[in-house]
Amino acid sequence: MLEIKNLHVTVGGKEILKGLNLVINDGEVHAIMGPNGAGKSTLAYAIAGKDGYEITQGSVTYNGKDMLAMSPDERAGEGLFLGFQYPVEIPGVSNMTFLRSALNSQRRYRGDKDMAAVDFLKLIRLRASELNIDPEMLKRPVNVGFSGGEKKRNEMVQMAVLDPHLAILDETDSGLDIDALKVVAEGINRLRGSDKAILMITHYQRLLDYVVPDFVHILAAGRIVKTGNKDLALELEAKGYVGLGITENAA
Amino acid sequence: MAATKEARQTVEEVSGEYKYGFVTNIETEKAPKGLNEDIIRFISAKKKEPQWLLDWRLKAYAKWLKMEEPTWAMVDYPKIDFQDIYYYAAPKSADDGPKSLDEVDPELLRTYEKLGISLKEQEVLSGVAVDIVFDSVSVATTFRKKLKEAGIIFCSISEAAHDYPEMMKKYLGSVVPVADNYYSALNSAVFTDGTFVYIPKGVRCPMELSTYFRINEANTGQFERTIIIADEGSYVSYLEGCTAPQRDENQLHAAVVELITHDDAEIKYSTVQNWYPGDKNGKGGIYNFVTKRGACRGKNSKISWTQVETGSAITWKYPSCLLIGDGSVGEFYSVAITNNYQQADTGTKMIHIGKNTSSTIISKGISAGKSSATYRGLVRVMAGAENARNFTQCDSLLIGDLCAAHTIPYIEIKNPTAQVEHEATTSKISDEQLFYCQQRGLEVEDSVALIVNGFCRDVMQNLPMEFAVEAQKLLGISLEGSVG
Repeated sequence: MLEIKNLHVTVGGKEILKGLNLVINDGEVHAIMGPNGAGKSTLAYAIAGKDGYEITQGSVTYNGKDMLAMSPDERAGEGLFLGFQYPVEIPGVSNMTFLRSALNSQRRYRGDKDMAAVDFLKLIRLRASELNIDPEMLKRPVNVGFSGGEKKRNEMVQMAVLDPHLAILDETDSGLDIDALKVVAEGINRLRGSDKAILMITHYQRLLDYVVPDFVHILAAGRIVKTGNKDLALELEAKGYVGLGITENAA
Repeated sequence: MAATKEARQTVEEVSGEYKYGFVTNIETEKAPKGLNEDIIRFISAKKKEPQWLLDWRLKAYAKWLKMEEPTWAMVDYPKIDFQDIYYYAAPKSADDGPKSLDEVDPELLRTYEKLGISLKEQEVLSGVAVDIVFDSVSVATTFRKKLKEAGIIFCSISEAAHDYPEMMKKYLGSVVPVADNYYSALNSAVFTDGTFVYIPKGVRCPMELSTYFRINEANTGQFERTIIIADEGSYVSYLEGCTAPQRDENQLHAAVVELITHDDAEIKYSTVQNWYPGDKNGKGGIYNFVTKRGACRGKNSKISWTQVETGSAITWKYPSCLLIGDGSVGEFYSVAITNNYQQADTGTKMIHIGKNTSSTIISKGISAGKSSATYRGLVRVMAGAENARNFTQCDSLLIGDLCAAHTIPYIEIKNPTAQVEHEATTSKISDEQLFYCQQRGLEVEDSVALIVNGFCRDVMQNLPMEFAVEAQKLLGISLEGSVG
């Protein structure tokens, strides 16, 4: 269970999140929508522990542990996965090597042994085929020369292999064609389960046609201003933020 | 203790015979500090060298005296007092070294552990006197036997001076002339030992040759001399050094390596250099001034240098190829890492002399801390070198804001048919990359190591397998503390 209380986050001297509250129980899928500049990505980065995202007030606890006291890799070890809006290129490092190092590092954090190379190969091939992803992609350097769609598919393979308990997907659906969008949806739906908590950050209703959320929140000006079920997303799609009475300056 | 006694006896015998009246306190097992003709005569006598070799050394010394220490490299260090150095020390005895691993610097042991080095090997590397029963000895013995069957000569330079004088006369100093530079002249005067390799015609050396397996190599690192000759149609892969940091009290290192390939022969020479780099504040550390050069004398012959340089306070090193034979090929693949206050000025020289010669240079420099890494490379195409080709790629990676990277290419073309390409890039490890890796669960230092290994991949894949795995770990260890 993820519990965010009164979270205030400052980036470059400017307060972006201004007292955000959110609880995600295991088994739930939440979607956060909101106008540009509302602080959606800031929320994702603050939870994951990126440098430069200064927490000035509030708390983030995950399964009772203080997430804010941990380094980003420790948070990953605790089961957090962040699907990036702009996945990063790492030249010369194959996807395979990258993911195996990451998985084994997480396993060591949890006190498990490294996964044997053969078992890892089987696992990653299985996960790639489930998502209909060409295994050749796994041999290429991480995200180097990948199209936007390939990068997002790659995020989904990583998520499937790492099998996180808490997944935050930061606009993983933006800029995707319908096939890639389906891969992303498939990835999320496969992860979905009674012991998983999922938070999707999205601009569009489109993804929610394929992954039906339990809750939809609207984030504006650094706070969650409205919460509902999937119908809220449809209403938003029909009326727009202004139509719902939400402006950039909601605060 | 037996070894000590033997060493003392040898010294006694030698100094007893010594007609120039040189007297040394044998208890110290070291010749006095400083350099003069007597010291050189002593070294030569100690090694029971033939007269011609002593004369050769003395000529080198005379030349060295007239030379100036070079200052053109982009490295900065206090002036070396060449009279304040020991030029000869008998092999380390059990009395000198630590008695057990308990007496060894725990920091060093931690590094060995990270590299996955066995306890026995740790003892050897850190200089603990080991009763010689450990695995490598039997390996070495079977090893030498197998090589002998193939007609391969693999022995110390001292042995070669006795057993193969004709070859030694022919090849010693034939690629790196005595007075080539200040440090090659110094080495020629005082070299204490090194390795001699000869691969006969048509023989493909059945294993990677490595000094590591030559047990009698202890404590000769300071002024090492290496000669490798690949006769017609032969092939050898030679590994120099060791990925583990080596215990060493000598501050100045000036080695000379000469490679010779005849028609259709190939030498692949790989180095991992991990001498003590000094502490975090730039105190101490090895000065490494090395002259390495290969001559592709035969047609269609090939010399390939691959180096991973992570150690030493100062590195001054330009493994080079003279492409003399028509169709010969020179390659240089280099990774140089500097951290804290380390300084490296390294690169290569590719001299195209024969027709249809080609060379490839791939250099990866990584700077962290307050260090400085310079790539300095020369591509020279002589007038007669029709259709010469060169491809050069120099990439620099910076970690942090206080380090420096320089690329200094020299290109001299005297033949209009030459095709020369030069590419250079400079990049930084970005916060985005680090965060991405960390978010996937990698600790920050592992993230740096992974990114750096990716950056160096083109070079690392040229290392022999067993070296490459350790070298990868080494890159990470060398950059510890460089981020965060």
